Amino acid sequence: MSSKLYINQKSNSMNSKLITSRNRLAKWSMAWVATTALVTFGSQFLWESQIITGLAIILSLAVGVGMVMANRKFVNDGDELQRKIQLESMALTLGLAVVGGIAYSQLDTTNLIKQDAEISFLVLFMGITYILCVFFNARKYS
Amino acid sequence: MKNNIKELRAALKMTQSDLAQQIEVSRQTVNAIEKGKFDPSLPTAFRLAAVFNCSIEELFVYESES
Repeated sequence: MSSKLYINQKSNSMNSKLITSRNRLAKWSMAWVATTALVTFGSQFLWESQIITGLAIILSLAVGVGMVMANRKFVNDGDELQRKIQLESMALTLGLAVVGGIAYSQLDTTNLIKQDAEISFLVLFMGITYILCVFFNARKYS
Repeated sequence: MKNNIKELRAALKMTQSDLAQQIEVSRQTVNAIEKGKFDPSLPTAFRLAAVFNCSIEELFVYESES
C-alpha cells in the first residue's frame, strides 16, 4: 500500500469519524431536549406522582451527561483549527454567560426588572452567543 | 508567519481538498494556513513538508509581530 493511499484512507476515516460524532451529538442533544420536555410537561399533564417526576429528572440528568460526553468527543474529533474555533467560542460564551447571568440576577434581586430571573433565559442567551461566536470565528479564519 | 504553500500546491496541481486529505485536516484549515490566518501545529507542518518534499524552513517564514 502506498503512503499516499494510506494517508487518504486515514483522512477519509477521520472525516467520517467527525461526521459520526456530529450526528451522535445531534441525537444526544435531541434526546436531552426530549427528556427535559418530559419532566416539564409530564409532571403537568401526564402524571401526578413525584416518584415518576424524580425518575424522569434522573433520566434527564443521565441523558444530559451523555450529551456532554458526545460534545467532548465532537470537539476532540475536529482538526486543530476547528478545535481553536470551538475553544474561542466556548471561552466567550462562558465569560459572557457568567457576566450576563450575574447582571441579570442582580437586576432581579434589586427589583430593577419586574419579572423573576429565569434560568431558561440564560440557557437561551448561551445558545445564541455560542452560535454567533462559532459563526464569526469561522469567518475570521476563512 | 508567511508561507508559500499555495504556490507549491499549484505547482503540484493539487486542490486544497487534495492537500487537506493528505495532511489530515479540513479544507478550511488549509485555506486559513495558506492565507496566513492560522499557524499550523508542528505535526501538521511536518506533514506539509513531507507532501512537498522540503523542509519546514522552506515552507514557512517567521515574521516578528513587533
